[in-house]
Amino acid sequence: MNSVAWQVRKKLIILLTSLICLAVLDSHADEVDDGSLEQGKQLVMARGKGNCLACHAIDDGKLPGNLGPPLLSMRLRFPDEEALRAQIWDATERNSNSRMPPFGKHGILNEEEIDMIVEYLYSL
Amino acid sequence: MNMRNIIRLLSLGLCLSWPVYIFGSPEDDRIAFQAYFQARFPDVPISEYVNGIYALDENAREQWEQIEEFPPYEFAVENGELLFNRPFANGSTYSECFDNQGPGVRQLYPRFDAERGEVITLELAINLCREVNGESAYSYNSDELNSLSAYMAWTSRGNKIDVVIPNDPGALAAYESGKQFYYSKRGQLNFACSDCHVISAGLYVRADHLSASLGHPSHFPVYRSKFGKMISLHSRFYGCVRDVRAKPFEEQSVEYRNLEYFLTYMSNGLIVNGPGARK
Ligand code: HEC
Ligand code: HEC
Repeated sequence: MNSVAWQVRKKLIILLTSLICLAVLDSHADEVDDGSLEQGKQLVMARGKGNCLACHAIDDGKLPGNLGPPLLSMRLRFPDEEALRAQIWDATERNSNSRMPPFGKHGILNEEEIDMIVEYLYSL
Repeated sequence: MNMRNIIRLLSLGLCLSWPVYIFGSPEDDRIAFQAYFQARFPDVPISEYVNGIYALDENAREQWEQIEEFPPYEFAVENGELLFNRPFANGSTYSECFDNQGPGVRQLYPRFDAERGEVITLELAINLCREVNGESAYSYNSDELNSLSAYMAWTSRGNKIDVVIPNDPGALAAYESGKQFYYSKRGQLNFACSDCHVISAGLYVRADHLSASLGHPSHFPVYRSKFGKMISLHSRFYGCVRDVRAKPFEEQSVEYRNLEYFLTYMSNGLIVNGPGARK
């Protein structure tokens, strides 16, 4: 085997293994994504936790309330992720009379849960 | 809605949602309070608010009217009449403790007792009457007390609510404390009573349709089909305070009596139509 052919083959092997690695990593990434999206959705819909549906129409949620605006096109309306997080963490920062509970500040949701909710909202 | 109405509505909403005292007297407050609902729901006559959420919810109203045809509180009214007329061990009766010997006086409560320096609700007046006559007080929200209160409301149906705030610093302080309670945010969910029953009246929290504050005290005690029994106004206060995840006060606490004083004064001029029936 001449060394040029070996060099080509070596490159091919590296390329292939990287592709496989990428594919594996990527499918794994997808899994995490779907899982936390689903968890985010749960938090938004469940009565005990976020219960955002109590006041906002969201996605396919049944019997939504209407104290707040429908949550849709969230990327368009909240291009700044920090602003969206802040609204959930403590809505009274933006509007001191807000009827939206300060979920983070009052310990109703923790940081991780708010992250999952933000991720889910950006999928809407 | 024209621009002027929108501005009027917004400014009224703003005033009412702030726990600051922009208005001079309780009477100014009451006029602004009733005007707010009139502007929010121009098609709903003020007199309708004694029907709670059914003033605003046509769909639920039909079902409620059917329930009212065979009132589930009838038993409480009958039982209340029996209890009311049964003499105490010392031979005297409730009628000696009340104006007009008892029937038809619901609209005068709560009232401020200048001597005691506190707000006396109907339930408290019933228990004070028992104690003066050597009987033990009923526990609040007991069937007996709710029945007596149901009978006294029933005999007062159609009378105009006429709560008086005398020119007494104690009475004004009680009113102000009730008002402050109503507009203050509380609990983990950070809600004021006014967040749900003033600003959001007519809106939905999930499937719960929010009634207006105006008229709230007119129809208590209430038969709740959810519990299968009569409940007092303070028991409803208790439930709403607990639901915002705040620590509820006891029934007939000073806090709730002052709250009832404020809330009932806001409904002056509407009629008594208790007892009521609710989900
Ligand atoms: C009890 C009522 C209530 C609940 C529960 C609630 N919200 Fe809100 N929300 C509001 C109201 C009212 C507004 C309007 C703006 C304000 O007053 O802060 C709002 C505004 C928002 C906004 C800004 C929308 C915009 O277009 O400006 C976002 C985003 C939002 N809410 C997300 C959430 C999420 C996420 C949850 C659950 C974790 C939630 N809300 C739960 C009442 C509520
Ligand atoms: C998060 C929303 C919310 C808050 C805050 C709230 N309530 Fe309620 N309240 C309700 C709902 C829902 C009902 C049942 C439907 C209705 O009649 O409005 C109700 C019912 C009532 C009723 C009975 C109405 C009737 O016609 O029988 C009274 C009285 C009442 N609330 C008083 C209060 C008081 C006083 C406070 C504050 C301490 C308060 N509420 C805070 C949601 C709320």
